[in-house]
Amino acid sequence: MACIEAHGLRKAFGSTIALDGVDLQVEEGRILGLIGPNGAGKTTALNAILGLIPYQGQLKVLGRDPWTQRDQLMCDVCFISDVAVLPRWLKVAQALDYVSGVHPRFDRAKAESFLARTAISPAARIRQLSKGMVAQLHLALVMAIDASLLVLDEPTLGLDILYRKQFYDSLLNDYFDGNRTILLTTHQVEEIEHVLTDVMFIHRGRIVFNCSLDELESNYFEVFVTPEQLPAARALKPIYEREVFGRTVLLFDHVDRRQLATLGDVRTVGLADLFVAIIGNQAGSANSPGATMKGAAR
Amino acid sequence: MNMQSGAMQSLQATVPITVTIPARRRFYWSLRREFWEYRSLYLAPLAIAALFLCAFLVGEVHASFHMNTSPAVGPIHRPDLFQQSAQSHVVGAYTFAAYVLMAISLIVAIFYCLDTLYGERRDRSILFWKSLPVSDLTSVLAKATIPIVILPLITFVLTVVTQWIMLVLSSGVALVRGENLAGVWGQVPFFQMSLMLFFHLLFIHGFQFAPVYGWLLLISAWAPRAPLLWAVLPPLGIGIAEKLAFNTHYFARMMGYLIGGGPEAIPFTQGKMEIAPLTATAVAKFFAFPGFWVGLAVTALFLAAAVRMRRSREPI
Repeated sequence: MACIEAHGLRKAFGSTIALDGVDLQVEEGRILGLIGPNGAGKTTALNAILGLIPYQGQLKVLGRDPWTQRDQLMCDVCFISDVAVLPRWLKVAQALDYVSGVHPRFDRAKAESFLARTAISPAARIRQLSKGMVAQLHLALVMAIDASLLVLDEPTLGLDILYRKQFYDSLLNDYFDGNRTILLTTHQVEEIEHVLTDVMFIHRGRIVFNCSLDELESNYFEVFVTPEQLPAARALKPIYEREVFGRTVLLFDHVDRRQLATLGDVRTVGLADLFVAIIGNQAGSANSPGATMKGAAR
Repeated sequence: MNMQSGAMQSLQATVPITVTIPARRRFYWSLRREFWEYRSLYLAPLAIAALFLCAFLVGEVHASFHMNTSPAVGPIHRPDLFQQSAQSHVVGAYTFAAYVLMAISLIVAIFYCLDTLYGERRDRSILFWKSLPVSDLTSVLAKATIPIVILPLITFVLTVVTQWIMLVLSSGVALVRGENLAGVWGQVPFFQMSLMLFFHLLFIHGFQFAPVYGWLLLISAWAPRAPLLWAVLPPLGIGIAEKLAFNTHYFARMMGYLIGGGPEAIPFTQGKMEIAPLTATAVAKFFAFPGFWVGLAVTALFLAAAVRMRRSREPI
């Protein structure tokens, strides 16, 4: 069952096209990372999914139209849009009061137990908390809501590494149960790699790559090739090439691992390298719109 | 397709809404959060009331001291005159207290309306409010209720309490001077005054100013920056342009009609914000006044537009 389903999703701001016909399908129980360079349309896509902006095309979130049925949708969908959007004048205890007052699925005891593990005092105003603590508080509020879909847009931007790691650890350990769906965007690709079950790359308003992490591990390889082997390796049509310490690293897509092993050291490819390869190719092929990636955009 | 819709139904079946929250509870919490954010809604009138009471006490003590030291004037020879002037002096002070508190509540209301929908976009907290199942309609209605209903009520309660404290203070001063308390208590038509005040606040500060509050809320929801300028300059500009182009002032008159009401049409204001005697006919006249209904319709339009704005405007 698809939690999010979009067909030909388009959104333009004046003459700028932010979403250029996005098709996507996110199944229930997945943790999907939506990754793209600045201005690729990530936030616009999330805002459309959250019913924050009107759009063209078809979009269903949990079977509902997010723009026209937003109020009902927000009972089942939760989101953190950007860091530090909690109002600075609010007290921690007031935040708990308010959310338990208006949200039918908020479990106050749960939020309080999350907060008890942090240094956040219920009497504190949000303006007195550090940026990392505000993120902790927001996460505690959101994790105590029994929602079907959680959307996180750059939830750890500007936080230090300790807070970032803790954020994703609690998300995985205390929140994710296999039934909920999580959709998140971030620039810190390496840090969320172990969190995700699926990944999508978005570039210039289009989904240019869409793959599960399992598929990624079994189909995408990096080979460290010596100069002698280079012609043979190139014959297998690598999708990307880069130089590392005098050796050439070639990135292959759907090429047999045993065959690649004869050419050099084979490694599974990191998300960041794959991202650079695919977005780099996209940027290079911008003038020839016919050029598409093999394995991209199912 | 069939499979999809079947799956859709099964999903909806697996997502039962365990607890539903009635709309009035969401509204109540939306109101409460306004008081958390804008503590000036009650602190400013409270501070002014406290200041007024201090000044009043000093004035009473000073006046009694003054009367003791100059026994030769007025009151001894013309007790009737004294009685009259003292009564108007006392009633004047009580009315003045009401005016001061009303003026403060008006100022607080105006700044509240201009900031409330603008501020949440500016500090991006709107992204938090919108992540919760509270509709834009509920939020905007709660925000409109503050100046139209809640602030007049606060002003009413605070004014009555202030007036009672003034009475107690006067009584204290009179007791110290060994005067008869009946003199003090008989001077102030309390019940009638409170009732008049209540209706004045309800009709003038609530209903009659509602279009103004609606307009300010709309500008607050829309303005890219400087909501105060956007709220004031366009109406002023239209008025001036009309004056220059046609040498008429229909727009200005229309504004005056909306805000101040026609001079003869508003029973609770005689000219400049005087609190007029309250009669049943006066109330009936108010409801029969077309401006009242036009004002309510205009308010509804502004608020509907503000809801739409809050729905589609992005954080600044």
